Amino acid sequence: MSNAERIKSGLSRRYAAERRFRLYGIAAILLALGFLGVMLSVVIGRGASVLQQAYVQLPATVTAETVEMGNWQGVIKATLRQQFPDVRKRQAKKRLYGLVSPGAGYILRQQIEQNPEWIGQRRTYWLPASDDVDMLLKGIIDRTVAESERRISNQELVWIDQFVASGQLQLQFNKGFFTSGDSREPELAGILGAAVGSALSLLVCLVLAFPLGVMTAVHLEEFAPKNRWTDLIEVNINNLAAVPSIVFGLLGLAVFLNVFGLPRSAPLVGGMVLALMTLPTIIIAARAALKSVPPSIRQAAMAMGASPVQVVLHHVLPSAMPGMLTGTIIGMAQALGETAPLLMIGMVAFIVDIPQGILEPATALPVQIFLWADAPERAFGERTAAAILVLLIFLVLMNLTAVILRKRFERRW
Amino acid sequence: MYVTPSRKAKKAVELVIKGALVVSSTVAILTTIGIVASLLFESLRFFSAVPLTDFLFGLEWSPQTAIREDQVGASGSFGAVPLIAGTLLISAIALAFAVPVGLYSAIYLAEYASRRVRAWVKPTLEILAGIPTVVYGFFAALVVAPWLRRAGEGAGFEVSSESALAAGLVMGIMIIPLISSLAEDVISAVPLSLREGALGLGATRSETIRQIVLPAALPGIMGGILLAASRAIGETMIVVMAAGLSANLTANPFQAVTTVTVQIVTLLTGDQEFDSPKTLAAFALGLMLFVATLLLNMVALKVVRKYREQYE
Repeated sequence: MSNAERIKSGLSRRYAAERRFRLYGIAAILLALGFLGVMLSVVIGRGASVLQQAYVQLPATVTAETVEMGNWQGVIKATLRQQFPDVRKRQAKKRLYGLVSPGAGYILRQQIEQNPEWIGQRRTYWLPASDDVDMLLKGIIDRTVAESERRISNQELVWIDQFVASGQLQLQFNKGFFTSGDSREPELAGILGAAVGSALSLLVCLVLAFPLGVMTAVHLEEFAPKNRWTDLIEVNINNLAAVPSIVFGLLGLAVFLNVFGLPRSAPLVGGMVLALMTLPTIIIAARAALKSVPPSIRQAAMAMGASPVQVVLHHVLPSAMPGMLTGTIIGMAQALGETAPLLMIGMVAFIVDIPQGILEPATALPVQIFLWADAPERAFGERTAAAILVLLIFLVLMNLTAVILRKRFERRW
Repeated sequence: MYVTPSRKAKKAVELVIKGALVVSSTVAILTTIGIVASLLFESLRFFSAVPLTDFLFGLEWSPQTAIREDQVGASGSFGAVPLIAGTLLISAIALAFAVPVGLYSAIYLAEYASRRVRAWVKPTLEILAGIPTVVYGFFAALVVAPWLRRAGEGAGFEVSSESALAAGLVMGIMIIPLISSLAEDVISAVPLSLREGALGLGATRSETIRQIVLPAALPGIMGGILLAASRAIGETMIVVMAAGLSANLTANPFQAVTTVTVQIVTLLTGDQEFDSPKTLAAFALGLMLFVATLLLNMVALKVVRKYREQYE
C-alpha cells in the first residue's frame, strides 16, 4: 500500500471524527444555553401568576364599636355567616371562615383608616382570599384529585363555586405584593420590605465602596511608587476578589458586630460587608479605566503647568469616569445578588415592617427569596419565583445601564 | 490668580489629597488583616476547647452542645472529615459536569464559531455567571432535586431529596461560564503559527485542536479549572438550599451530604450565645475554607501567569 492509499483509507474516519468533534462543541453550547432557558422559563412560569390574587367581595358594615374593639376579623366572620346562613356546625363555620385570609381583618382596618367616613355605612369590600383558595383559582391545586389528597374539601369547593358564580370571588391585580412587607400568610406577603432593605444596603455599599475604590485605583495607577508595599496591595486586591463571599460574612460578624457593636440585621452592616466584597471589582475596573486614558492627556496638562494632583483631578479622572461608573454598577449588581454574607450578619430575620433607615432591622431581596423558598406553604412557591423575577429585572436594568454607559461614553483615543 | 513660590496652600491641599489616597489604598490590606485576624482569633479559641487533631481527622460531626453537663453527647463532636468529603464530592460532581461542557463550548467558540455566532453566544453564556446563586439554589432545590428523585424512583433506586447530585449539577451549571470564558481566552492566545503548522502538515481541524492547541493551552486551562474549583468549594447558597444538613461520610452521589459552607451557615444563623464551641467551630471551618481557596487561587494565578509569559 502506498502512502497516498493509506492516508485515503483513513480519511473518511478522520472526517467523521472531525464532524463529531464539532458536534460536541455545538451540543455543549446548546446544553449550557438550554439550562439558561429552562431556568428562566421555570422562574417565569411559576412566578408570573403572582400578578393576580384571589379577592373576595364581602358586603359589611363597620361600626364605631368595631373600630374601638378592634374586632376586625369578627366583622368578616359575621358577613360570611350572613352569606351562608345554613352553615351551623362549628367545624363547618371554621372552614367557611378559612376561605378568607386570616389577615383580611388587617386589610379591612387599613381601608377604614384611609376612609374613616365609611364607618357605619354598608359597603362592599374586596378582601384577600386565603392562599388555598388562591391556589385553586390559579389551577395549582387540582380540583379533580380525591378529596382526601386535596387541601380544599368538597364542601369548600361548593362555597367557592357559589362565590365565583356570583362574581364575589375573582382574581384581581395583586397590588399588595409590591406594597407590603413579609408576612406569615403567603397571600399577604410582599416584596417591598426586602426591596427597601436591599436598596438601603446598596446605598451604604455605594457610598463606601465607590470613593474608596476610585481613590485606591488612582493611588495605585497614578502616584504609587513601584515597590514592595505596592506589590503587596496589588496581590491583596487580586486575592480578595477570589475569597468566598461567606468569609466576608464571618468578618462582618466578628468585627462589625462583635468588636464594633453595630446592630444586627441592619442594612448599615450589610452595606459595609458588601462594600468590602465589591471593592476589588471596583478597583480593578477603575484601574483599567485609568490605564485607558492616554499619556498624552497627562503630558499636555503637565505642560500647561498643572500639578500632578491637578492633572488627575481635572483631566484623567473625568475621562476615566464612565469606565469607573460601569465597573461600579457591575459591582453593585453583584452585591445585589449576594446572599451568604447577609445571612451571617443576621439579615435573615422575619421582618414585617418596611425598614425606614439604615439602622433598622431589614432583610434583602435574595435573602427573602431564600426564606420563602424554605417556607412550607405552597403559595410561597409562586412568591419565591416572583421575587426572583423582581431581582432579575433589577439586575438586567443595572447591567443594561452599564452597557449603555459604556457604549455612549466610551472614547477611542 | 497668580502663582508664586510663596503660595503654599496648593501644596498643603495636595499633600492631604495624596495622603487620603494612600490611606484608602490600605483598606484592601486592612480587610485581609481583618479576615485573617478574626478567623484566626476565634479559631484559636475553638481549638483551646477542641483539639486540632480531633477537628482535622475526626470522622463524626455533630456540633450540638447539650444544655446540661451530664447529657449524652454533652460536648458535641467536631470532626470535619465528613464536611470536607461532602464539599469535595459536590465540587467534583460540579466539575465533572462543567469542565467538559465549558471546555467544548470554549473550543467551539474559539475555533469554529463565526464572528456573528460568537457575538451572540458569548454574552448569553455570561448571563449564567450573572445570575445570583440564590436563584440557582431555588432551581436546585425545587426543580432539579424533585426531578432527580422521580427519575430515580422510575429507575427503581432511592435518590435522596437533598442528593449531592442535584446540588453538584446545578453548581456545575453555575461554573460553566467561568470555565468557558477562561478556556476561550487561553485557547485564543495560542499562536496562530502553531495551528498553521499542523494544518499545513495535513491534520484536520479537530486533530489540530486536540494534538496541538489543547496541549499548548493546557496550563492555562488547568489554571481556569482550579479557579472554578475554588469557586465551587466556597459556594454557599446552592448547597445551603439543596444539600443536606446531616454529616454523612459517603461517596454515593444519590445520598445527602453536607458541606463546610452549609455548616457555617447553620451554626451561625439563629440566636445563640457567641462563646460556645458550636459557634466558634464556624470560624474554624471558615479559616479552613479561606486557606483552601487562597491556596487554590494562588496556584491558579501563578499557572495562568506563567503560561501567558510563555507566548508573549
